[in-house]
Amino acid sequence: MNVEVLNRSGAAAQASSRLMIADGDIHPRPAKASDLYPWLSKQWQEVFEAFGGRARHGWEKGTPYPKMQPMASRRDAWPKTGGGPASDLEMLREQLLDLHNVEVGIMNPLSPSGQGFQNIDMSIAFTRAVNEWQVAAWAAPEPRLKASIVVPYEDGVAAAKEIRHWAGNKHFAQILMLSRTNEPLGMRRYWPIYEAAQEAGIPVGIHAFGYGGTPITSSGWGSYYCEEMVGHAVCAQAGLTSMIMEGVFERFPNLKVISIEAGVAWAPALMWRLDAQWKKLKAETPHLKLLPSEYLRRQVWWTTQPIEEPEPREKLTDMIDFLGWDKLIFATDYPHWDFDDPQYAFPMKISEDNKRKLFRENARLVYGC
Amino acid sequence: MTAGGPIDCDVHPGVASLKSILPYLDPMWQDMVERRGLEEMNSISYPSNSPLTVRADWRGADGKAACDAAALAKQCLEPFRTETAILNCLYGVQLFHSEDLGRAFARAVNDWVRAEWLDKDDRLRASIVVPMQNVDFAVEEIARLAGDKRFVSVLLLIGGEVTPGRRGQWPIYQEAVKHGLPVTFHAGSSYHNPPSSLGWTTFYNEDYVNQAMSFQTGLTSLITEGAFTKIPDLKVVFLESGFTWLPGYLWRLTKFWRGTRQELPWVTEPPGHYVREHVRFSLQPFDGPPDAAEMDRFMNMVESEDLLLFSTDYPHWQFEGTEAMPAGLSPALARKITRDNPLATYARLRETVA
Repeated sequence: MNVEVLNRSGAAAQASSRLMIADGDIHPRPAKASDLYPWLSKQWQEVFEAFGGRARHGWEKGTPYPKMQPMASRRDAWPKTGGGPASDLEMLREQLLDLHNVEVGIMNPLSPSGQGFQNIDMSIAFTRAVNEWQVAAWAAPEPRLKASIVVPYEDGVAAAKEIRHWAGNKHFAQILMLSRTNEPLGMRRYWPIYEAAQEAGIPVGIHAFGYGGTPITSSGWGSYYCEEMVGHAVCAQAGLTSMIMEGVFERFPNLKVISIEAGVAWAPALMWRLDAQWKKLKAETPHLKLLPSEYLRRQVWWTTQPIEEPEPREKLTDMIDFLGWDKLIFATDYPHWDFDDPQYAFPMKISEDNKRKLFRENARLVYGC
Repeated sequence: MTAGGPIDCDVHPGVASLKSILPYLDPMWQDMVERRGLEEMNSISYPSNSPLTVRADWRGADGKAACDAAALAKQCLEPFRTETAILNCLYGVQLFHSEDLGRAFARAVNDWVRAEWLDKDDRLRASIVVPMQNVDFAVEEIARLAGDKRFVSVLLLIGGEVTPGRRGQWPIYQEAVKHGLPVTFHAGSSYHNPPSSLGWTTFYNEDYVNQAMSFQTGLTSLITEGAFTKIPDLKVVFLESGFTWLPGYLWRLTKFWRGTRQELPWVTEPPGHYVREHVRFSLQPFDGPPDAAEMDRFMNMVESEDLLLFSTDYPHWQFEGTEAMPAGLSPALARKITRDNPLATYARLRETVA
């Protein structure tokens, strides 16, 4: 956890001949919700202010499990200009893009993004506004930043419409969903999203979090934020398992999916289990033509942050060998408290070739930039 | 008895039908079974005709695996030269929403196991099935049977009413510890909560794969709530949990434990410490790397040779023939798995097994 990042000299960082990198997970936010209002009708502004987003949890403000830091952010990421962390482009340039040689940064706006609002009409209106805002406030003035098409994913048809609206726009490199959907991710209600994504040739990033209303565990709600954070890994596994079993990857063979911020080290064991059990149970899913792991290897990538930190770290090297170095996309998660610094996140021996893949080339192949 | 043979920690006695259990219910409940037309209490965790539920060559003419001790000896004990086998009855008593039905049927199942299995073959031991619907009733059932040393552990399903670490569950664990019994969690659920973190799934295959996720969240709960720090003698066994998820899972949990310690001040050691000291895993299904040559590289991530307990998971289809031991494990480790680790885990086996 990097609650505050080491105060390293910018000059020293610049002087080193470090790689240009891609960052698969950056969280810009509006300084205030009303920054989105230029793209939101008066009616929706009023409904939002009076009734809020109504996610599937009980708090009017905040999240079901209190974070460990205000806004789950680095203490040093709060702009002097007011507003929350990552709401100031100039500061984001200094603290992230320039300091870490970020050539391409993928933006995943989370709060507020309109995703997961119970009122689907408001979700549709809000996500459109957030997409407009990403272009106007971030991607247009800063070409290193690429936007994600946030979609009202609980309405697959409306989400597909939003994807088609932006398809071909060079500012967008990804479609964003959250992992904790109202139903498992492979269900047919979400297929229009995958169909539109494949058609547009844009990968679908599935970021940890969201409020689908289902407890993470099969025994109801856990007590602690720690349980929720660790649990994002099982949510991601349940989501990918659903997508495989329902035949999403079989039906949309050119769909690309990126699992964001949900962990990496579980992927090999999930593949082993899926394959071993499917071999016995495949009579139930005759629509699958490949082993489950073959779909994952063909169509899924994983962002690295928060990277697992075994001792000694070479165990992680072994685990990534099992998964494949072509499957990882480096990410910082700026400005969040568990930020991974590209200089320090992988303190083990990695070949130059694998380093290039991890920090830049895989992203180029997946996002096309 | 095959002295020195394997100790099989996860064997499932078949229930031919509800009629087998009926004589062990109190007359009032027997009457209710008939008047309300109760169905067979099979759980969707193991659909009767699914290929995984009963391996094809273990399926009899009636479609079932061994439903009596003699058949079990022939199919499960003798082929593996098993010295001792622990019966974990999966008849779905935990699924009732009524605490009273849960209590009545858990008692009946345990009495049936004792009379029809333990009394018939001295190689057999059993776990005490408890009504997960009510903690007091679960404690009562453990106390009722603990005097019989052939009951060697307490059996719960990993999917229950509340997360397993919650303090309200601790009396079950304390009662188990009082009698020297490990608390075992088996794959499965009361299905009183959705089985996956995204809700109900379409396919059985998903449900089964997701069982491994239930164990991961269950283990997080036990550790973060402090069950192992506050009940230092608690031993937990995960049955049919899968095992290869453990290293990657622990790395993530350890990272977040470091980051969230201010909400968990009682978790004073890194999570891996509690796993090594308190938690064991049955062998099958192993879900390991497909290439046996990679087994060493994987086992190196585990850091302990004490964690695995031999199991056939009979009659579930996890391997062919008698190949219960995954290829690529060293002979020394295999010896620990088949004998030393089970003996170290189940205190009562040390008293009764040579």
